[in-house]
Amino acid sequence: MHESPSSSAPARALKPETLAQAPAIIAQYPQKRSATMPLLHLVQEDRGHITKEDMAWVAELVGVTPMQVLEVVTFYPMYRQSPIGRRHVRVCRTLSCALRGSYALMENLEKSLNCKRGETSPDGDFTLEFVECIADCGCGPVVHVDASMHENVKPEDAGKFAAQLKATLKDPSYGLNPPVPGTPEWNG
Amino acid sequence: MPAVERPLIYANLRKPGYTVDIDCYLRNGGYEALKKAVALKPEEVCKEVEVSGLRGRGGAGFPTGMKWKFLDRKSGKPAYLVVNADESEPGTYKDRQLIYKDPHQMLEGIAITAWAIQAKQAFIYIRGEFIHGAKILERAIAEAKAKGFLGQNILGSGYSCEVVIHRGGGCYVCGEETGLIESLEGKRGYPRIKPPYFPAVLGLYNCPTIVNNAETMAQVKHVLAFGGAEFAKIGIPGDSGTHIWGVSGLVKRPGLYEIEAGKATFGELLYDLCGGPLDGRKIKAIIPGGSSTKILKVGERFKGKLANGTEFDWALEDIPLDSNSIAACGTGLGTGGTIVIDDSVEMIQALSNLNAFYAHETCGQCTPCREGSLWLSRVSKRITTGGGLETDVPLLLDIANQVAGRTICAHGEAVAWPVQSAVPKFKDEYLESIRKRQQGEAVPTLKLI
Repeated sequence: MHESPSSSAPARALKPETLAQAPAIIAQYPQKRSATMPLLHLVQEDRGHITKEDMAWVAELVGVTPMQVLEVVTFYPMYRQSPIGRRHVRVCRTLSCALRGSYALMENLEKSLNCKRGETSPDGDFTLEFVECIADCGCGPVVHVDASMHENVKPEDAGKFAAQLKATLKDPSYGLNPPVPGTPEWNG
Repeated sequence: MPAVERPLIYANLRKPGYTVDIDCYLRNGGYEALKKAVALKPEEVCKEVEVSGLRGRGGAGFPTGMKWKFLDRKSGKPAYLVVNADESEPGTYKDRQLIYKDPHQMLEGIAITAWAIQAKQAFIYIRGEFIHGAKILERAIAEAKAKGFLGQNILGSGYSCEVVIHRGGGCYVCGEETGLIESLEGKRGYPRIKPPYFPAVLGLYNCPTIVNNAETMAQVKHVLAFGGAEFAKIGIPGDSGTHIWGVSGLVKRPGLYEIEAGKATFGELLYDLCGGPLDGRKIKAIIPGGSSTKILKVGERFKGKLANGTEFDWALEDIPLDSNSIAACGTGLGTGGTIVIDDSVEMIQALSNLNAFYAHETCGQCTPCREGSLWLSRVSKRITTGGGLETDVPLLLDIANQVAGRTICAHGEAVAWPVQSAVPKFKDEYLESIRKRQQGEAVPTLKLI
């Protein structure tokens, strides 16, 4: 496995509650290896990204080599091997949203969040990305931020939307609430 | 007569104040169909589904009852039910509603299906991005188990079935059933080659497996509620039940419309239900059933003969909304995710947008798809950035022709079909786009790539 800059600094240990959840996840499956993806999601939700040590831990638990876990991590776009900003802002790029202005929205968000697509803002607050279709096509352009879906975000409202996202930085419960009609979490 | 909706799958979730908890579902007649099902023999449930004429709602439209018949019951290996909730075909957003707003309806269908195929373990493979959706389903499963609708000894029948939620990782190709199975086994989602890996024989853990779409599960609940013969009366012969049309793109009222199969036309869907084009615009083309179905152009005539011998001569607006009629026009109903394109759109940019999607999502196993999708993306993008040549238009077609039919899974066709269908229909416009850029003329402002 290649060293990446992010893995050169020693990463903190996973939280005890993360470690404690692993056996129940593995027990759900007839074969342990099936738990690879849920365990990787678990790690990433704890740490924000997945380190070489995490992959070795998952490999040990499910009985495969660390390389076989790396194969999975590198295949699925949702898994990350390096840290991201405090909020992960994913703008849908695919046709339905693009027809509703997602490219213009992206250009405006790059300015409002002081961050180029594919990068993290200098203050570490936002990572901005274009992603492929996230299955909410009738409400485009849609922006998926952490666990919350924001619908009908018009390009001309990018400034207002960015201000709204900046305000969420002070809200520790953002994206964690169960979906309630009328809230951004309602549709995901 | 203007088109009307017939909500069946969306009937509950559209009720004001409808919530995702089991009490609300039970107040609305929930789990009654499951009670009917477990009072029947499993093979009788299969028969009901076969008689109903239900076709799968994942895009391919394969008859559900027939799929269940293929299940290998002689191997002695356990059978698995895998529900495909990895909704990721661009333009498709119908299953999200089912998961987020009426999870028990789908779970009831899963319990019925598991009983019918005698699966003791079911998995719901849900999009990784549906973070709350996975939690909603997990909560719903716990509620259903507590009331004896899932888990051990379902409704006192002695039969048991566990349901596990498995979140994906944002990969389109994992919506392909064998790619999904690989992914569920903890590997990269590389689709498997058929034969021998037909899921009904060699599926999950090389055991017989039925992979059904999430909405199909909800439809199965209604098949049992109505009874197969009654359900078959909804829609038209050969395509029963309702279709959920998820319209997106450039219409006044994009949204989800549930219509009895064959009981409305594209014209009624787009102009009556969706309110027609935005002010001052004209609809130019539609992609009828998710991005990989072939594009239809306004102004085309569709002529031919249906399987029942009826001759037809339709404009796009006249095409009835059932799978046979749409297939007869050279495209597919797919997932019902209709993307509407109007006259403000530069067609080469729309194509380039989709080419970029397929290039991003190819799994890379088969050379024609891996290389072809990338080349299509590069060549079409080159046209949009001003470096295009007239020869690029036939080149696009040439590349696409070398991908379709030469790959393990249908991603190859998904890569090729948008190009193969759009190039002959919009060739002149593509050439005009190339010429305009060569001569420094203004191009449409809506940026799609």
